[in-house]
Amino acid sequence: MKTKNNTLLYILFITFFAILLPAGYLTGFLSVNTISVWGRYFCFAIAALGIDLIWGYTGILSMCQAFFFCLGSYGIAMHLLLKKTVASGATLPDFMAWNKIETLPFFWQPFHSFGWSVALCLLIPAAFAFIIGLVLFRSRIKGVYMAIITQALTLAMWLIFLRNETNLGGTNGLTDFNSILGYPLSSSSVKLALYLVSLAVLCTAYFCCYRITHSKFGKVLQAIRDSESRVSYTAYKVVDYKLAVFVVAALLAAVGGMLYLPQTGIITPGRMDVKASVEMVMWVALGGRGNLKGAVIGALLVNFLYSICTSLFPDSWLFILGFLFVITVLYFDKGFMGLGDTIRQKFSAARLKTSQTH
Amino acid sequence: MLLNVNNLSVSFGGVHALDLDHFSLRDKELRVIIGPNGAGKSTFLDIICGKTKADKGEITFNGKSIFGKSEVKIAEAGIGRKFQKPSVFPGLTVYDNLLLAAKMKKDIFTSLFFKSTPALEEKIHHVAVKLSLTNVMYKPAGDLSHGQKQWLEIAIVVLQDPTLMLIDEPAAGMSDEETESTGALLLELSKSHSIIVIEHDMKFVEQIANELVTVLVRGKRLMEGTFAEVKNDQRVIDCYLGRTNAQLETL
Repeated sequence: MKTKNNTLLYILFITFFAILLPAGYLTGFLSVNTISVWGRYFCFAIAALGIDLIWGYTGILSMCQAFFFCLGSYGIAMHLLLKKTVASGATLPDFMAWNKIETLPFFWQPFHSFGWSVALCLLIPAAFAFIIGLVLFRSRIKGVYMAIITQALTLAMWLIFLRNETNLGGTNGLTDFNSILGYPLSSSSVKLALYLVSLAVLCTAYFCCYRITHSKFGKVLQAIRDSESRVSYTAYKVVDYKLAVFVVAALLAAVGGMLYLPQTGIITPGRMDVKASVEMVMWVALGGRGNLKGAVIGALLVNFLYSICTSLFPDSWLFILGFLFVITVLYFDKGFMGLGDTIRQKFSAARLKTSQTH
Repeated sequence: MLLNVNNLSVSFGGVHALDLDHFSLRDKELRVIIGPNGAGKSTFLDIICGKTKADKGEITFNGKSIFGKSEVKIAEAGIGRKFQKPSVFPGLTVYDNLLLAAKMKKDIFTSLFFKSTPALEEKIHHVAVKLSLTNVMYKPAGDLSHGQKQWLEIAIVVLQDPTLMLIDEPAAGMSDEETESTGALLLELSKSHSIIVIEHDMKFVEQIANELVTVLVRGKRLMEGTFAEVKNDQRVIDCYLGRTNAQLETL
């Protein structure tokens, strides 16, 4: 029964996003911007899968996923910017020239090559996650302290990225790219291709996460969430497991960020400010944590709502999101995906109560 | 001797929780530790399994020192612990609880590519039958009754297949019938494992204490002897009655 439901959902998802939406665009019903917007949402959904692994399954509330997401975005942005600069005959990106910098900073050098850029976009977040995780998990930092420390870390990184001295564009971030791997970013077919690549990566990421959570490894993660001490007394090295899942989550966020950049055309530190990092966790909370489908649907739905609400009532989006979050926490612990279950449970509990009083 | 403990002491905020001069356990021995509340019984097990770090002393297990080692190292050395308050994985099914406990390599990659084998299934099934968990195999462990959780935790410890089992109040919250079958189970397990049991229920202690009983009082070892000796020892009676603990009185 359950697997049947799953298959149906997958088929619906694939038909809608891989066939209907592109068909809608090709027949002229949808603008290419709509396609691109959904492509961006897929990137968020990829990052949300990582948050679900670390938070939903392992119970570690990490608030620095937005930072890893940005590391991926910034890496690709640096590559695109360098390509454009070289093509236009200049030696330095515009913003550096304005900041009176004379030579390209050393850490920009590897980003001339696409291969190195992709590798570094994955390696740097993984290394960060490994070091942060090693320090935090070894000192047995848990629960709300973990959330506070990772949030503070994101905030610190945000402040660093804001500064011009960091040579990453400061507040304005990096923008104004024209092509990726030689294809113009403004062309509709490139946008469609990026959309399809994002969808494919999302599906692959989902499949990998599904395999992870259904393996014994995934069960150990849930066991860590339930009773960490029992896991150690059963001879599992908890730190290793936490570290592994933290690195995987960081990688997923970075991959999301890498695909996000060419579809938005801009990355600023605003993507990793406090609000952004909290919002990412909210996607998963609203969609249903400890449930991979919930993470994907939460990310897509919240962002879709965001685009609707910001055009209808521009000022009240945060109130709407806050309201949804409070309602979810109070009444629907399992999010959208658990809505059916929660209501059924409430009903049966109510029925039990009435039958007892009669 | 399988387990040797000498001059072990730990204090919490100036209070001596435990100050044990000597304790030793033979291979395949079932030892019961009794004592009034606050005697340091659970603390003693906490120190052996690595949950609490002792201030000083020495603990050797199988000839190797395990003093101050981490929980995982101690578990790997072959010591399994059942806690006073059942500690299982409430979100996982009973089957998954048992699967995670079963003795095997427990690093990340083994877990990631783990495939179950008929031998393992057989082992899990065997333990589940022994602890009457077969009817609830695919229920979340959090939905079990208190007694069933106690048994599940014992099953977890059994599947780890440790040399030494530390069992903290296995009969707490169980009916008389359940208590008796728990006792029978411990006796059977003691044929192939060394076991230390902490218990308050004197009827239960009488059932399982075929060998020595150790009495702890205020962190110190008061005496060691057979159940009959302990029961009739004036000091033991005094320390229990002095604390208006009626359990010994009724015997």
